[in-house]
Amino acid sequence: MKHTRKGLVLLVMLCLVVVGAFRPSAEHKTAQAQDLTPVRLQLKWVTQAQFAGYYAALNQGYYEEAGLEVEIIPGGPDISPQQVLAAGGAEFAIDWAGSALASREAIVNGGGSGPVNVAQIFQRSGMREIAFKDSGIESIEDLEGKNVGVWFAGNELPLFAALVANDLDPEDPNDVNVVAQAFDMVAFINGELDAAAAMTYNELAQVLEFVGEDGTFPVYTLDDLNIIDLNEVGTAMLEDGIYANEEWLADEANQATTVQFLVASFRGWIYCRDNPSDCVDYVLAEGSALGVGHQTWQMSEINKLIWPSELGVGQLDAELWTRTADIALTYAVIEEAADEAAARSDLAAAALASLQESFPDLDVNGADWVAPEVEITPNGE
Amino acid sequence: MSTVPDSQLSTPAPSKFRLAFQEFLDGSGGTVLYFVVIVLCLIGAWEGAKWLGQETDYRLELGPVKISLNMTRDLNMPHLKDIAEALSKPSQRQGPPLIEILVEKVSYTLRLAVIGFTIGTIIGLALAILFAHSRLLERGLMPYVVASQTVPILALAPMVIIWSENLFGSREIGMPMITAYLAFFPVTIYTLRGLSDVPPTALELMKSYAATRREILWKLRFPNAVPYIFTALKITAPASVVGTIIAELPTGIQDGLGGAIINFAQYYVSGPSRLWATNFVTAMAGILFFVTVAVTEWLVVRWKRPSNHLDRWIDTFLRNLRRVVPLLRD
Repeated sequence: MKHTRKGLVLLVMLCLVVVGAFRPSAEHKTAQAQDLTPVRLQLKWVTQAQFAGYYAALNQGYYEEAGLEVEIIPGGPDISPQQVLAAGGAEFAIDWAGSALASREAIVNGGGSGPVNVAQIFQRSGMREIAFKDSGIESIEDLEGKNVGVWFAGNELPLFAALVANDLDPEDPNDVNVVAQAFDMVAFINGELDAAAAMTYNELAQVLEFVGEDGTFPVYTLDDLNIIDLNEVGTAMLEDGIYANEEWLADEANQATTVQFLVASFRGWIYCRDNPSDCVDYVLAEGSALGVGHQTWQMSEINKLIWPSELGVGQLDAELWTRTADIALTYAVIEEAADEAAARSDLAAAALASLQESFPDLDVNGADWVAPEVEITPNGE
Repeated sequence: MSTVPDSQLSTPAPSKFRLAFQEFLDGSGGTVLYFVVIVLCLIGAWEGAKWLGQETDYRLELGPVKISLNMTRDLNMPHLKDIAEALSKPSQRQGPPLIEILVEKVSYTLRLAVIGFTIGTIIGLALAILFAHSRLLERGLMPYVVASQTVPILALAPMVIIWSENLFGSREIGMPMITAYLAFFPVTIYTLRGLSDVPPTALELMKSYAATRREILWKLRFPNAVPYIFTALKITAPASVVGTIIAELPTGIQDGLGGAIINFAQYYVSGPSRLWATNFVTAMAGILFFVTVAVTEWLVVRWKRPSNHLDRWIDTFLRNLRRVVPLLRD
């Protein structure tokens, strides 16, 4: 039985190695000594320039100035910001209005407390339907009889609404063949799709950044593409906004925290408008695998979705909110019309007023802002 | 063939060279040779398919049948040379080479995989010992143990992560739990088999010595189960790496392989070889874990002859290594 004893010794040694591996990570911040209120922000997707404003507010110390200790939690394909918000995993979440409304209805019907839009960062939507020029697709009605890629899980609605407005039934393959599209542009470049959904800040750039066989670059330029803008078609739905839990918001102290959070976040976005390359650096520091060229392009495109903000940064345009809610209702994403409490504008308005009072020189509308030229780099490197 | 005389085909006494070659094939050399041949075949098949695609302009016409070879385009199947090159090139302008980033991510994921693997093994062993001693518990709980593995881990993972965040204030703690959930099952099943499958004569002998249940467990059942346990651990080790990657996805943590895979999948069009390179490194991490368990088995289970080729190869390799490295000597 000598073997077993030796085996046991080895097993114990193995366990020690494992225990050694399980060193608690020293990531938990120690900044609470300065009486900062800890809050967590759940992003809708992985770290990228789409969220640069929040990283800027963190790196520029705006959150700390506002008395907050903010932890930014990146998202991903398996993360529903609303699920995290409802479960108390974060105080704030970035989400699109369509999916926020759907989650709100489901949570409220289940007896829970749903998300509330407290600020609308993106004033217009980045979703486009793109096609190669030689396909002859120039408008929504040209999609008849074509293979049209869309992302499902709620992201298909702006296009569906546009198709219906042009008398095309998205459910009828004889009208238009709607294909579920992956989160990359492979099918579009392979020619399996005649038109594909693309965010201006991500997938559109990926097509332009594509390097062909034998290193050809550029393979495609903007001149090769027809881009259908769903904002112009009139069926765009609101994208990145800041959401908080309704029950949590009922507490006045939390409302004050929210206003502070919005003030600092708005400052972050203003900073990224005026210093885009700094903001790209903040994002790259969080994601060691991201391409510099792609993030620079993305930062610029994100700025175009925010600026100019006619109503002031982060303010919700009631008309666009109603349009989004109507489309969601029409396509049965929600069964009943969205209630009044699903969005509140008072906190964002208070944040804007506070921002203007503290920093009278700050341009909160960006009316004169002009997007800088961004060079497309091979593979977005 | 007709030019070869019959006498040469049926040599009665094999030549010295042939004997040496046979010995080489039977020993570790054979394993290496087969491995190299198979790798070369795989490389040949990959690059051959790409060549065929290029030659036929990605449309293969065999009479009336038309086959699209679009999948062999560089975008879908990058050249192996490009995949290897992607590892040495930075994925970010002025950044470190991709391999350096991936090694960091592998060490993060492997660390959590080892923790989950260990927790899973302990739970698996405990359940097996419990079941071996109580038919009632085995009959009552075994269906649930089996049922636990039919729950899609992909659906469970996000909830576990949120619970972990609420209970412990850390999403990271939930990750080894998910890995352990996948890991404990084979350990329970194999250990139970090993604990029960003892030779009846040995059991009778122990009983005739009036051995207690605990003595029978530690002196007979457990030693008998050790090879079974290692079989289970060899299944579990690579699965733990995959389990940890699945567990990473709902945490949003960017430090591990899961984050890297999401990233390179999203930007697949701008660098397909990066995702392939990441897959390759992930596979290597699983193999590394497997080999570690196999070597541990070799060190622990000395009373059993290696029963398959891989174990034999590890056996020969380590015996040779022992001649050089004094630490491994008895």
